[in-house]
Amino acid sequence: MAGVPFDLQLLNLCAALLLLLSFAMLTQRRLVNLVNLLAVQGTVLFVATLLIAWRTRQAHLYLSAALTLGLKVMLLPYLLHRLIRRLEVYWDAEPLLNISGTMLIGVLIVVFSFGLAQPISALASTATRNAIGIAVAVVLLSFLTMITRRKAMSQVVGFLSMENGLFFGAMSATYGMPMVVEFGVALDVLVAVLVLGIFFFQIREQFDSLDLHHLESLREDATAGERE
Amino acid sequence: MKPIEIITQLLELIVALAAAPLFVGWINQCRAWLQNRSAPSIWLPYRGIRKLFHKDAVIATNASRLFRLAPYVVFGAMVIAAGIIPSMATRLPLTQVADAIALVGLLATARVFMSLAAMDIGTAFGTLGARREMMVGFLAEPALLMVIFVASLISATTALPAITEHLATQRLGLYPSLAFTAVAFLMVLLAENARIPVDNPATHLELTMIHEATLLEYSARHLALMDWAAALKLFNYACIGFALFIPWGVSTRGSAPVALLASIPVLAAKLAVAGALLAVLETVSAKLRVFRAPEFLATAFLFAVLGLLVHLLLRV
Amino acid sequence: MGFLLLIGTPLTGAAVLAVLGARRFAPRLNIAFSLVTFLAACALTVVVMGAGNLTFAREQFFIDPFNVFLVTLTALVGLTTAVFSRPYMRVEMEHGRVRAPQLRLYHSMYQLFMATMLVALTTNNMGLLWVAMEAATLSTVLLVTLYRTGPSLEAGWKYFVLCGVGIAQALFGTILLYFAAEHVLGAEGVSALLWTHLNGVKGSLEPKVLSLAFVFLLVGYGTKVGLAPLHNWLPDAHAEGPTPISAVLSGLLLNVALYAVVRCKILVEGSLHSSLPSHMLMGFGLLSVVLAAFFLWRQRDIKRLFAYSSIEHMGIITFAFGMGGAVANFAALLHMTVHSLTKSAIFFAAGHAAQKSGSQLIDNIRGLITLSPTIGWGLMMGSLAILGVPPFGVFASEFLILTTAMREQPWATPILLMALAVAFAAIFGRVQPMVFGETTARRLPHPPALLPVFLHLALVLALGLYIPPYLAEWYRAAARLIGGG
Repeated sequence: MAGVPFDLQLLNLCAALLLLLSFAMLTQRRLVNLVNLLAVQGTVLFVATLLIAWRTRQAHLYLSAALTLGLKVMLLPYLLHRLIRRLEVYWDAEPLLNISGTMLIGVLIVVFSFGLAQPISALASTATRNAIGIAVAVVLLSFLTMITRRKAMSQVVGFLSMENGLFFGAMSATYGMPMVVEFGVALDVLVAVLVLGIFFFQIREQFDSLDLHHLESLREDATAGERE
Repeated sequence: MKPIEIITQLLELIVALAAAPLFVGWINQCRAWLQNRSAPSIWLPYRGIRKLFHKDAVIATNASRLFRLAPYVVFGAMVIAAGIIPSMATRLPLTQVADAIALVGLLATARVFMSLAAMDIGTAFGTLGARREMMVGFLAEPALLMVIFVASLISATTALPAITEHLATQRLGLYPSLAFTAVAFLMVLLAENARIPVDNPATHLELTMIHEATLLEYSARHLALMDWAAALKLFNYACIGFALFIPWGVSTRGSAPVALLASIPVLAAKLAVAGALLAVLETVSAKLRVFRAPEFLATAFLFAVLGLLVHLLLRV
Repeated sequence: MGFLLLIGTPLTGAAVLAVLGARRFAPRLNIAFSLVTFLAACALTVVVMGAGNLTFAREQFFIDPFNVFLVTLTALVGLTTAVFSRPYMRVEMEHGRVRAPQLRLYHSMYQLFMATMLVALTTNNMGLLWVAMEAATLSTVLLVTLYRTGPSLEAGWKYFVLCGVGIAQALFGTILLYFAAEHVLGAEGVSALLWTHLNGVKGSLEPKVLSLAFVFLLVGYGTKVGLAPLHNWLPDAHAEGPTPISAVLSGLLLNVALYAVVRCKILVEGSLHSSLPSHMLMGFGLLSVVLAAFFLWRQRDIKRLFAYSSIEHMGIITFAFGMGGAVANFAALLHMTVHSLTKSAIFFAAGHAAQKSGSQLIDNIRGLITLSPTIGWGLMMGSLAILGVPPFGVFASEFLILTTAMREQPWATPILLMALAVAFAAIFGRVQPMVFGETTARRLPHPPALLPVFLHLALVLALGLYIPPYLAEWYRAAARLIGGG
């Protein structure tokens, strides 16, 4: 442990915090807290990007960090909070699996992702290569979050958390993607949330609820609703 | 075995026995301050123990020998544990008896005897308390073991004094794995010692009791020993926490005897801060419903496993 | 210049129609923009015919034999669907299923969707390819839910979530690709993400990373192709959305997604020198064909029926690309073209048929020939074409694929034949009573658009009989580029 530079220690701390946040999101039932956790995740990403930018002296990473701050820490949580207030959906009470079981599966997933990321870490030349496994774990944990939820809003937060994990993976494996791509991805995420906002209103209008239980009626031999 | 080591060992045992009730009193004092009421005296636990020793023991007619034996076994286990944990020094001859994992086993032995004795009389509340106590213990033990695993992995040994020495000589830095395991350990401490949010130590409602319910049948010297043992358990857990996470100030191998004396005020300071922190935690949390206790402990286990995984992956 | 027109026109169209999309002349405006796009595509094709491969905008975009005909095909189907959409949406408005503000959204998103697909086809930057694919998904989500009914919202939600998650996997695959490329090409600029550069150095890309990347890319983009078991969104999205959207989803988006998969396959195969990519493609392809063939029997909705048919055909094409080699690749490329044309023609006919009968249920559509011979014959011919009846083009490509399979993967041939036979029976058995017999159809308030249906079918017939030399040359060059086998 001797001699690890301080900024690398901070980066490792950020990686550990990201993992912790993903688990916290897995077990959080209150939607407002879920969105706040997403904002904290964005903040940790922002700090990590700044550290890498400072360490590798790549100017475009500062721009990427600013983009992360603006989008993932401020704009997206604000949009989601506004949606929560207007749709008045505050709780995601019934998980599909109980909390302890979910957490145990989460631990298994983390072990699996570490194993998956081993060959990549071995080849990487970045200082943060050990954190690639954590990025893959965050992605898979977000996926688990999406699967075990009933409310559409929680699934959206899981989806955005997955994007965060991918971003962190890109950051730790290759010090980020070219700026063009990062802008494109950021734009896509923003538009996705906007589209979802519109979507939720449509769902609420039709079903008076954002419980996904109502969206399970189409089956294999389904008949489209009778027209006229 | 050098004479200094024997002296160290005895000193540690005496300090543990003497300071444990004071620690409990201090926590109650802090809690009272936070709740804006005047506290009973810090020395009240001592007076309570002394009072109980002067009384005559009343035992149920159908109590077996196990019931009479249990308080001594429990108290003895706690005393041995206090001797093993390096609260003031790492040169303790008694530590060759048990390493960290055996220490967990020792605590488990105490718990088993306490639960068996509670079920011995056959009352409903005793059995209730015993079952709940065992549930909490059975879930907390993996978390505690995982914490010890992480510490052992970092220090390449399972002997608690060696772990303490290794961690005390590490460079100062950010160790996320230790941070996670510290949180896990704190949660296990709260659960095992019957503090809020798992159990309310001051409750009078039997249906909400976990630990207290196992003590309902005891009186006089047996009750005194059980209370003292509970205080010792809390003291021991606090010292394990210090040994693993705040190891500085402990007189290590090769330091002068005066370091031994210097470690006493350090220990006192650590206990004071820990007691205040515990009181704060108890004040801001609400007691969990009993069926939520497994979730709490699963979270503790999760933190410990996360600490392990982070250590394995990031080598921090 | 032509390229700027190609991408710029639909983008401008999207912006203009976002404002004017609800006016009475909006559908004509939509057709006009699509026409300009198509002409730009043709002009570009002519240039490519003369000059060979082209790159634009400092190598960010390129045209080579693989995507040149796809670009023109996309523009063509976009145009004909816009022509079809005009009377179709007018009837829908008359029936009260869609209102004016939604038409604005519809028209502008339609043009935006065209733009994203053209960008995805012509981009050289793998990251930009990802962005365009995600944008294509996003622009159609709100179109699938256009009718705001319960089932359509569910279909839109499934579409969004499944394709969103799939695309996230593809992003991870892209990151891994960039990671492997960075070692060889360096991190300066965007060179490490440019397909042409990657193609040049694919032999020296790290195999372990690329095989992992391919798995993610296949799962990710494969979700958008509709490969089983990730196909769940496809039948719902096709059945619940408006018919022009079903046509472009089936005819164009699936093609573009498969194009992305094949581009990745070229890179990975060059690096791995193993048959992992081809086996995976073959496996997914066969699974899709078999699953679709059996699900076809349970369908009671006409658009779901043909959606499963799309899954089946994309499975066949994927399987052919998996086999690789000159003949199989040629057949797969031909099949992409003719399937796109035929399926959109079928959806045009089916859309009007559903409108005439007032229901999408197969049981409620009967005897189209009696009241409206053109729609009835259109549906019949289209179904025969998609089922591989000669002399339509689908027969030629399926024949080539089957013969190649018999030669190279004999174990797969009985599976394919059986699936094709099952599909034939299912579809034909359902289309026949729809077209002939007692009619339940009514007159439509506006005359249906029949030109697109017959134009497509004529093209498919023509391709079945005679493939123009330049087209054949592109197919062959692309087949060589794709390699494998």
